[in-house]
Amino acid sequence: MLPIEQYEAGIEIAWCQGCGNFGMLKAFKQALAELEIRPEELLVVSGIGQSGKFPHYLKCNTFNGIHGRTLPVATGARLANPDLRVVAEAGDGDCYGEGGNHLLAAIRRNPKILLVVHNNQVYALTKGQASPTTDMGYKTLLQPEGVAYPPLHALALAVSQDCSWVGRGFAGEVQHLADLYKQALNHRGFALLEVLQPCVTFNHVNTYKWYSERVYRVEEEPGYDPENELWAYQKAKEWGDRIPIGVIYRHPRRLLEETHPALAAGPLVRQAPRRPIQELLADFF
Amino acid sequence: MPIDLNIFIGGAAGQGVHAITQPLAKALMRHGCQVLASQSYESRIRGGHIFNQIRVSDRPLVSSREGVDLLVALNQETVSLHRPELSAQGLVVYDTSHVKEMPGELKGLALSPDDLLPGAKAGEIAVNAGACGAVLGLLKAPLAPMLELLKQTFGAKGAEVVQWNVQAATRGYELASALKYPVSVAAMTPPAEPRLLISGHEAVALGALGAGLQFISGYPMTPWSSVLNAVGQRAGRWGVVVEQSEDEIAAINMAIGASYAGVRAMTGSSGGGFSLMVEALGLAGMTETPLVIVEAQRPGPSTGLPTRTSQGDLGFVLGAGQDDFPRAVLAPGNPAQGYALTALAFNLADRYQLPVFILTDQYFADTQFTLPPGEFPEVASDRALTTGPGQGVYERYAITPDGISPRRLPGFGPELVVADSDEHTPDGHLTEDLKVRAAMHEKRLRKLPGLVQELGGITTFGPDDAPLTLACWGSSLGPVQEAVARLNEIQTPARMVHLRHIWPFPREAVNAALGQTRKLVMVELNATGQMNRLLRQETGRQADHLVLKYDGLPFTPEYILRGLTGMA
Repeated sequence: MLPIEQYEAGIEIAWCQGCGNFGMLKAFKQALAELEIRPEELLVVSGIGQSGKFPHYLKCNTFNGIHGRTLPVATGARLANPDLRVVAEAGDGDCYGEGGNHLLAAIRRNPKILLVVHNNQVYALTKGQASPTTDMGYKTLLQPEGVAYPPLHALALAVSQDCSWVGRGFAGEVQHLADLYKQALNHRGFALLEVLQPCVTFNHVNTYKWYSERVYRVEEEPGYDPENELWAYQKAKEWGDRIPIGVIYRHPRRLLEETHPALAAGPLVRQAPRRPIQELLADFF
Repeated sequence: MPIDLNIFIGGAAGQGVHAITQPLAKALMRHGCQVLASQSYESRIRGGHIFNQIRVSDRPLVSSREGVDLLVALNQETVSLHRPELSAQGLVVYDTSHVKEMPGELKGLALSPDDLLPGAKAGEIAVNAGACGAVLGLLKAPLAPMLELLKQTFGAKGAEVVQWNVQAATRGYELASALKYPVSVAAMTPPAEPRLLISGHEAVALGALGAGLQFISGYPMTPWSSVLNAVGQRAGRWGVVVEQSEDEIAAINMAIGASYAGVRAMTGSSGGGFSLMVEALGLAGMTETPLVIVEAQRPGPSTGLPTRTSQGDLGFVLGAGQDDFPRAVLAPGNPAQGYALTALAFNLADRYQLPVFILTDQYFADTQFTLPPGEFPEVASDRALTTGPGQGVYERYAITPDGISPRRLPGFGPELVVADSDEHTPDGHLTEDLKVRAAMHEKRLRKLPGLVQELGGITTFGPDDAPLTLACWGSSLGPVQEAVARLNEIQTPARMVHLRHIWPFPREAVNAALGQTRKLVMVELNATGQMNRLLRQETGRQADHLVLKYDGLPFTPEYILRGLTGMA
């Protein structure tokens, strides 16, 4: 166990008081400390939205990029240096809306990256419009008649595409969440961890109380079977009076890093480029 | 009598136009000829009309030209379309199974699949290989280099396929040897040192590999894809990660991620795909991440003409992205420049921590030049990284007089590398301190004065005191150079000024090169004279006359000369 203080950034935090991101930050630091991941081994890639600020409030290597593109940046960094622990932090709008195609591709590629989706079911930074996970009928300034179409079931989508690790946490259950972070960080492959993370300013429906009344620890259910795709699919689609949190699906697959012959000789960034000009010219004689 | 022969090979997509062009061009090159092979094709897999040109000479070639001396016709349309271009020594080598009507006045050599390969086991193989043999026979070139190439090319398909090809090529050679043709390359001799037949995009790929490229990501789009393919074919052997991305946005963001993590990374696209990349171009600018981007132009806007050529994206790459940030733009004129500029691009990207463009186009991408290996020297790699122990807190964006902050890599020591697309403090954290914003913006822009000192590469041709100057940039180099050469041959003194270092604009070098020229003509493949506008913006000078073209086909020397007639 490393001291938690070493992840303190010492930067003023701009999140609202009570924001679900605080619980996530606390749980994440605890997981890092318990797994003894040093700040310099860790790269956190983020996008835009309140989730994008997450790595600034940690001590770690950081790439805070543009909206929706956390996964491609994280994938490129991971392929260049697989010695880095790479975590992508995105919001529901960032990952499921703006960057949806990258989620599909990352599931297929299966790099060893932990993707954390901060799901508050609303666009908070832009003051309250609907996100891809906003429930039907939810009224906003932009959707005064209520959201007209159903939310994206991203975890079910991930299970259906054989995502190698799928889980859900709740920012109101910090210890449980810290344990999920640890499992996901230890998973050898692409891990999608969605965290229910109440927005205390713009979402007055999906509150701490609303989630607390609905979430349950799926691993405590009879018949818990996260290696079973059909079971996992049912749990991933469950949303309403009961919402499962915990590890929903595990499906070990070949890593992206193993598909590139160039990585067999170690991390690219530690290899001297071969620059084989004289050998290459012969292709054109 | 100098040799200058233009061979056209035409047919429908899927008939083997490329299958004839490649071995024929290489066999002639190996025999000692200078060849320049270019392609003109439509955006389809089957059908349509495509034609390739192989220009053959005993002197180095810099450009394609107009006129057809030998026409290899795989279908009827080729005969009807190119008949008006046939020269006095024009001769048509044609496939009798597809060309049913040969105008009586045309000299022709009929190739019948049944005759080339009795039993017609494979009609297309017969005609393709037969035509290769026939052209060599007409020109009195040896057949042996061709047979060797056919064995290399088809060896993997088995001994029988090789045998069919060899038999058909040999028969085509015999048939043609019986004919008299006024051009002969019999006196040419193989060079002491083997030469390369290499296209612009292949040279860019070599430049990147030579510079130590370790990561390339891209989404297929013509004509950019040929860079991705050329690297991809060689990636596994040489320690390069190639990732085909789900879209162009992912391609550029992945390359930025790889570069941030410390390897030389490249991406690219053509206009439409590059349009998708623009937000992340700004990300590279803001996070000061080195990145090399190939922008392979084709006519637009939107989907435009997918397989044709253009120099219409100059203004776009110069202005792409919101607000100001430094970038470099390099536009090679031929494969040798493509190699050198790509290697330079990686060094500039690392030294100045910014995006660098290689601005190419379909004509540059596909046209193959004959070049000696000396054009591809080992290149120096300057990563410009800071290594070794640091002093406490590392500031990724430390404010410095030249705008360049010491660059460290994540995971190589206790210094944390914090990069941010938001405006940020020197240690990389997002800020709304507006004084910091101004200081950071100025810091980034301070890189330009240093960068421009490294640029200024200009190619001139023709007498320095000529009253007429033809200015051009990028792949128009060859056609303009040949047009200028022809003007001087007819006692019209003229010179060429060709720009390959486009941005930051090398104002002093351009002014010096243009000198006191009396009449300035700008030659470029777009409709509005984009380089002329840039010249006026940067120097206050402008062309007296524009020679423009925007029909999707490249310049020819003849087109440029026609464009000068009637000039006041």
